[in-house]
Amino acid sequence: MSFFAITRATLTKDIRLEWRSKDAINAMLFFSLLVVVIFSFAFDPTAEESRRIAGGLVWVAFLFAAIVALNQTWARELRNQVLDAYRVSPAPATPLFIAKAVGNFMFVAVLEALMTPLFVAFYKLRALGPAWQLLPIAVLGTWALVVNGTFFAAMSLRTRAREIMLPLLLFPLSIPALLGMVNATTAVLTGESSPTFWIALLVAYDVVFTTACLLMFDAVLEAE
Amino acid sequence: MKRGFTLLAIATALLLSFALYAALVIAPTEQTMGNVQRIFYYHVPSAWVAFELFLINFVASVFYLIRRSTKADILALVSAEVGVVFCTVVLITGPIWARPVWGIWWTWDLRLTLTLVLWLIYVSYLVLRRFSTSSQTPLLAAVLAVFGALDVPLVYFSIWFFRTQHPAPVIGGGGSLDPRMGWVLLYNWIAFMCLAWLVCWTRYRLEVAQRAVHESEAMQSLMEGAR
Repeated sequence: MSFFAITRATLTKDIRLEWRSKDAINAMLFFSLLVVVIFSFAFDPTAEESRRIAGGLVWVAFLFAAIVALNQTWARELRNQVLDAYRVSPAPATPLFIAKAVGNFMFVAVLEALMTPLFVAFYKLRALGPAWQLLPIAVLGTWALVVNGTFFAAMSLRTRAREIMLPLLLFPLSIPALLGMVNATTAVLTGESSPTFWIALLVAYDVVFTTACLLMFDAVLEAE
Repeated sequence: MKRGFTLLAIATALLLSFALYAALVIAPTEQTMGNVQRIFYYHVPSAWVAFELFLINFVASVFYLIRRSTKADILALVSAEVGVVFCTVVLITGPIWARPVWGIWWTWDLRLTLTLVLWLIYVSYLVLRRFSTSSQTPLLAAVLAVFGALDVPLVYFSIWFFRTQHPAPVIGGGGSLDPRMGWVLLYNWIAFMCLAWLVCWTRYRLEVAQRAVHESEAMQSLMEGAR
């Protein structure tokens, strides 16, 4: 099978599984809904205040919710030794990683698309800067979370307390990406500064870590 | 080997006591900050030693990824552990100094934030090593160390920009350093390097012994199982 065929086969399988069970997406949606409601009670912000804090709130909610999808990425493959079968098959590891990362990206993107209107309504948000810039920020930011998340989920497979291990590994390394997403979003919402630097930082983060993940995934998958 | 260790231990003890004397007595009292400033002779050398150890950890991890050598793995583990200890010293002595001088315990300044993030990354490295059940722990840890090193420049630029946009409250010090203070700082740095070396060496020997014990225990239970 070609590189592309393996990627597509894994990706369609994952999407079909998710489409039929809707496990991850339901859990993520409900979780981020709870975050929206609880933060709204906790801060009770005016429109002006919420413009300043919304960038942080939105991304923290998405980050925590994304952990749900990321954790089940590989756990699903442990049942019936699917991952072992993949390991002994002649298929290379890279397309598997790309398929998993793209799959996670799609799940988190769907979550974001569904949750954003709620955030806008609950926090009375209206961007004072150019709102279209939020789209590249969302794409780059989500990829930044998902690419390292998928990688570290594979790494934490072979640890005790697997589910708690992923955030412990992922969050410290994601600090620059989070700073980038939150500040870029706040810059667009308040319209006070330009998000250009933060978008460039996200691009650099994505390029560096996508390359590192692709280069080192082989070693991590083979590790047993 | 054993003699070298004893010599190093004696040298470290002598150097540390002299450095303590130098920091408390020889070094002149700083004009505006007073005696509080003397914590600087512990704070700065600890920071340098911590960063050196993190650098050693990175080099050893890369070496492990290339050669898969057990020695490099043990060196990476040891340097990360001792590095986290020194980094903790930095993060504790910093606020003790900052409170009387700046009037605040903590500020999200570039260097402080960078040190804190480094500390977080290396703690997560140690957590991974502790929680991993795989026989490939060294490999996973080495990969994480490389990721951490890749992260450092990105953290640096993000915080640098974050902080230049909003000016930092106070930047202490500045100006020229009294030459005597420079000497005392140097003594302390050398003493702390020796101490770090000594602790790393001890920990290295301990880890080698521990692994040998584990191996022989595993062998023994295998033999008993075969009988």
